[in-house]
Amino acid sequence: MSATPGSSSSPLMNNKLVKWFDERLPLVSTMQHAGMEYPTPKNLSYWWNFGSLAGFMLVVMIVTGIFLAMHYTPHVDYAFASVERIMRDVNYGWLIRYIHMNGASMFFIVVYIHVFRGLYYGSYKSPREVLWWLGIVILLLMMATAFMGYVLPWGQMSFWGATVITNLFSAFPFVGDFIVTLLWGGFAVDNPTLNRFFSLHYLLPFVIAAVVFLHIWALHTTKSNNPLGIEVSGPQDSIPFHPYYTVKDLYGIAVFLIFYAMFVFFAPNVLGDVANYIEANPLQTPAHIVPEWYFLPYYAILRSIPDKLLGVIAMFGSLLILFLLPWLDTSRVRSARFRPIYKWVFWLFVLDCVALTWAGAKPPEGLPLWVARIGTFYYFAHFFVVMPVIGFIERPLALPKSISTPVLAGGKA
Amino acid sequence: MAETVKTGAAAGVHDDANRRDFLFMLAGAAGAVGAGSVAWPFISSMNPAADTLALSSTEVSLAPIQEGQAITVKWRGKATFVRRRTKAEIDEAAKVPLKDLPDPQADSARVKKPEWLIVVGVCTHLGCIPLGTKQGEPRGDYGGWFCPCHGSHYDTSGRIRKGPAPLNLAVPPYAFVTDTTIKIG
Ligand code: HEM
Ligand code: FES
Repeated sequence: MSATPGSSSSPLMNNKLVKWFDERLPLVSTMQHAGMEYPTPKNLSYWWNFGSLAGFMLVVMIVTGIFLAMHYTPHVDYAFASVERIMRDVNYGWLIRYIHMNGASMFFIVVYIHVFRGLYYGSYKSPREVLWWLGIVILLLMMATAFMGYVLPWGQMSFWGATVITNLFSAFPFVGDFIVTLLWGGFAVDNPTLNRFFSLHYLLPFVIAAVVFLHIWALHTTKSNNPLGIEVSGPQDSIPFHPYYTVKDLYGIAVFLIFYAMFVFFAPNVLGDVANYIEANPLQTPAHIVPEWYFLPYYAILRSIPDKLLGVIAMFGSLLILFLLPWLDTSRVRSARFRPIYKWVFWLFVLDCVALTWAGAKPPEGLPLWVARIGTFYYFAHFFVVMPVIGFIERPLALPKSISTPVLAGGKA
Repeated sequence: MAETVKTGAAAGVHDDANRRDFLFMLAGAAGAVGAGSVAWPFISSMNPAADTLALSSTEVSLAPIQEGQAITVKWRGKATFVRRRTKAEIDEAAKVPLKDLPDPQADSARVKKPEWLIVVGVCTHLGCIPLGTKQGEPRGDYGGWFCPCHGSHYDTSGRIRKGPAPLNLAVPPYAFVTDTTIKIG
């Protein structure tokens, strides 16, 4: 408990058996370095809780998913009924399904906050570009996983969502139809599609877990950013991860679980679409198709552009652009705390994303269509114009000398 | 824990260390209860579901079964034998001294009507289905059933007589609904 950063002698290592094993495979000491001694900036705010919350959600999704898979049948004739059976007949099936179903939303809430945290504090900037990239890869994999998971209960939204999203690929010239047929394994979304989606839905979370491992490896190589956005300048600026941040992360999980449980127990279906409790009917499209809330901004971008191919490109581009952000942002300063213009631009961008989410839920006509168009335009302008330009014109505030300086100065006054 | 006590004592605040121990154990106990109550629904979900339990009784018509014949029905996914015994078979089952049986049980305790023997057709050794129900199948040295997997012999009351199986073929719960139908389960 009193381990200082960098020391490798710990009570556990006094155990002969542990020591013997560790000399042959340094599992215990690696875990101690990574999960206990890891020198963490001492000024992290609660915005830094969302990484561990995301990791927690991944575990929740995998555990509940494995239990759901014990009862689920990936066949067009049985899938819907098997999910209903989970809800009615399987012991606590309703609980496990609601944890999984709402868990997808919770996972995205947590990850989106985590990403916006990074945008505000400039966590994507050198030397953390690879860390940032790995995060985007996780986000993309999560989207693929959630999309395919949503198809599994084989409700109306499952089926028509799958139809619309797979058809997106048909926009690509030459290879489009080939890709779509390959995704379907037939001539429409049907049993082969459901089967492969189940297979991949089971696989991808484990791929995500592997990328999370790389993400954390990169984190421990470059070390955590912090609200001041300046590097740790010495041991006085950091504290060991355990017990300080293990306790703080656990506290965050406890508070978050209250929020999560509110949905699971009192409003399990508010985040979903009622049409998914109607079994899929390939001969009848519902009047209004909307994706889950976490896909709405991209959906708004897709529909805001009146050209099929350009719409699809804009939609995928809105995510891929994040890969370039470390170079599109030309400011030397990381944290928005010291960036008088970016601080406002950041919130404008948040507002833009909220507006796109709103527009994505509405039929694409009238006001929502215009909100989506202006929102899409600004979304790309933010990355291609605003970020590069303000880096040059903005005069950042003076940065503190070290993480400890502002605290110590405050203490002395 | 030892660590905490040591640092506490070194700092000269021994009372605080006891307090910490208490809080630590309290938190640990609360955590264990929490973990248990989260684990339970998951474990429970692996037990038979309501619809599986609802399927757990089977009705069988006895009318088509001739004396000396037997049929196999499925009850809870398991083979279950319904056998109409001959007079000779009943007598043979009744007269065996209990001390000769590895799993002593009187024939009268295993049947509701002597003519009808109803047993779960799962060998009590490792779960194979013993032969002897269909005409022409070997019935073993005791005229009941013979399990081909590892050679267990059952008598005309479905009791184990020879071989590695430890117990008699189980008698499922059943009742005569009419003279010619039974409900198993
Ligand atoms: C990255 C983690 C995961 C995400 C984001 C995710 C997302 C989803 C979503 C959105 C649904 C549809 C919920 C509904 O409307 O009912 C779903 C269903 C399902 N998922 Fe996952 N999932 C994840 C991990 C897993 C894993 C690891 C497994 C299996 C090992 C799994 C198995 C299932 C099954 C069987 C269903 C269908 C049952 C149902 O609809 O409730 N999931 N998933
Ligand atoms: S399973 Fe019947 S003798 Fe082994």
